[in-house]
Amino acid sequence: MRLSKIFKNTLLVLAACLVLSACATKKEVATDIQGQMQGDVYTGTDTVEYLADGVPDRVFFATNESILTTASRETLRAQAAWLRKNPNINVVLEGHADERGTREYNLALGERRANAAKDYLMTYGISSDRITVLSYGKERPVDSGSNPLAWSKNRRSVTVKAN
Amino acid sequence: MTKKILILLFILIPIKANALIEVDITRGNLNPLPLAVSPLSIDEESRKGFEKKLKKENIGSEISNIVENNLRTSGLFNPLDKKAFLQAPDIANLKPRFEDWNLIKAQALITGKVNYVDDKLRVEFRLWDVLAAKEMMALAFTTVPNNWRRVGHIISDKVYERLTGEKGYFDTRIIYVSEEGPKTQRIKKLAIMDQDGANNKFLTLGNELVLTPRFNPASQMVTYLSYFKNMPRVYLLDIETGTQEVVGDFPGMTFAPRFSPDGKKIIMSFAKDGKSDIYTMDLENRIVEKITNHPSIDTSPSYSPDGKYITFNSDRSGYQQIYVMKNDGSDVKRISFGKGLYGTPVWSPRGDLIAFTKLHKGKFYIGVMRTDGSGERLLTENYYQEAPSWSPNGRVLIFYRETKTNSKGEGFSAKLWSIDLTGYNERQIKTPTDASDPSWSSLLSN
Repeated sequence: MRLSKIFKNTLLVLAACLVLSACATKKEVATDIQGQMQGDVYTGTDTVEYLADGVPDRVFFATNESILTTASRETLRAQAAWLRKNPNINVVLEGHADERGTREYNLALGERRANAAKDYLMTYGISSDRITVLSYGKERPVDSGSNPLAWSKNRRSVTVKAN
Repeated sequence: MTKKILILLFILIPIKANALIEVDITRGNLNPLPLAVSPLSIDEESRKGFEKKLKKENIGSEISNIVENNLRTSGLFNPLDKKAFLQAPDIANLKPRFEDWNLIKAQALITGKVNYVDDKLRVEFRLWDVLAAKEMMALAFTTVPNNWRRVGHIISDKVYERLTGEKGYFDTRIIYVSEEGPKTQRIKKLAIMDQDGANNKFLTLGNELVLTPRFNPASQMVTYLSYFKNMPRVYLLDIETGTQEVVGDFPGMTFAPRFSPDGKKIIMSFAKDGKSDIYTMDLENRIVEKITNHPSIDTSPSYSPDGKYITFNSDRSGYQQIYVMKNDGSDVKRISFGKGLYGTPVWSPRGDLIAFTKLHKGKFYIGVMRTDGSGERLLTENYYQEAPSWSPNGRVLIFYRETKTNSKGEGFSAKLWSIDLTGYNERQIKTPTDASDPSWSSLLSN
């Protein structure tokens, strides 16, 4: 079980690398709004909060995707380390989608994104008992804008302390 | 909450089989039929009685206004200006002077009479074919005075049915989600109103997020998604009693609920480990069945009216597309093959079409296709719109539309709209607050 999880994540990582490298060449030209996006994944820090020093609370996704980027995996490793140091803390992973999709599909997509984060935390030794997944679909955007940068901030999984 | 209507319906005069006027509903509103809705006549004593009881100065005019408004908004009829009417309502109801009505180009005429009898509202109405100088229909109802709006809707349905050959959709209600507050922190409540926007009521307080209410086609029950205690689950709500219960015992989010056509099952999605599959639960014996089993997202299920098939949304091909399968989950076939993403399939109550939302090149469309995916027709294009729901006669779709915000993220709104199956007669349905996720009830009376 654990092995297959690791294997799956390796695949995800590989897939993410492929996606990123493909995007990097294409998007260099159209580096987005003050370099806050890579491809269409948000890379800025405007909306990010911190669970602890150096432990960002959220990861971002490409449109319609639930693949974790290199930066997302780094964030989640920091979260896993912090959770290992604080074994009494449980978390809720809140998955979100942007407004450019149908409500019901977005609910499922939010769940899929939060689960991608959960799977990664689990491969870094965090028990699934400590993690609850909650999807908000497109119901709770952080940015009310109707533009690609706003949408990129809204496609996210946020790790929230549950206790 | 809603009083059961007590209607005594007697046909006064048998309907003539071969009338001359006919409305061709396949053509949309290109040529709405000109007709005259004469105010229902009322004697002074009855008028005073209703004025005291209902605080309406002339209930006869009020009821005929409802009829006129319904027929106009259908897009199939063009009710003529009352100022041009030459004949007084009471005399017209006895025997219209057809030449007078012909003169103002009315092809059909509705007349009637209201009485206050034994604390009851008694209404009779007649539909006349002006060109043929003949009565087409005559009906009378008796009901409690508070039901006066419904009397207007029932008359509208009878007229619509007589002139188009199809059942009407006016004596119906819409359940929807009322929205208020900033886009990042919307307060959402379940709300219900008559099809024409009257009698709006809120059914929840807004303490928790609620989404996607849907009527049971066989009763006045509703299923919806609530984030009660931050656990998104499908609930069942009895509108009459206000009682609510969670549907099934799933260890995770259940969503996208709808009833089976007989109202005995709820079909919905259950999300777990990044996958969403479709399940049903029998409301009598509580037996849960898993219908799809695929690592993809399978959601937005909707039964065919005979209950034998299910259409649903899946990204098993890589992107959101529309599929049809048998009701046991076998024989899964993809039916959407056009450009773009497809979602929210809903089977027409007539069985012949599936309505959907399509996203293509940054635009959202409401469209219909045949149940094998052929004959795709896009009815309306906008920045954002989705979630079509059929009128019970399968002629009209109601959906919601959201606006694009400006550069400061301001100017967001969500409204209900309806459009005829032909793509004509698009109109906004006014609601006291912003609104989304509409669902149309079946006819309250038949």
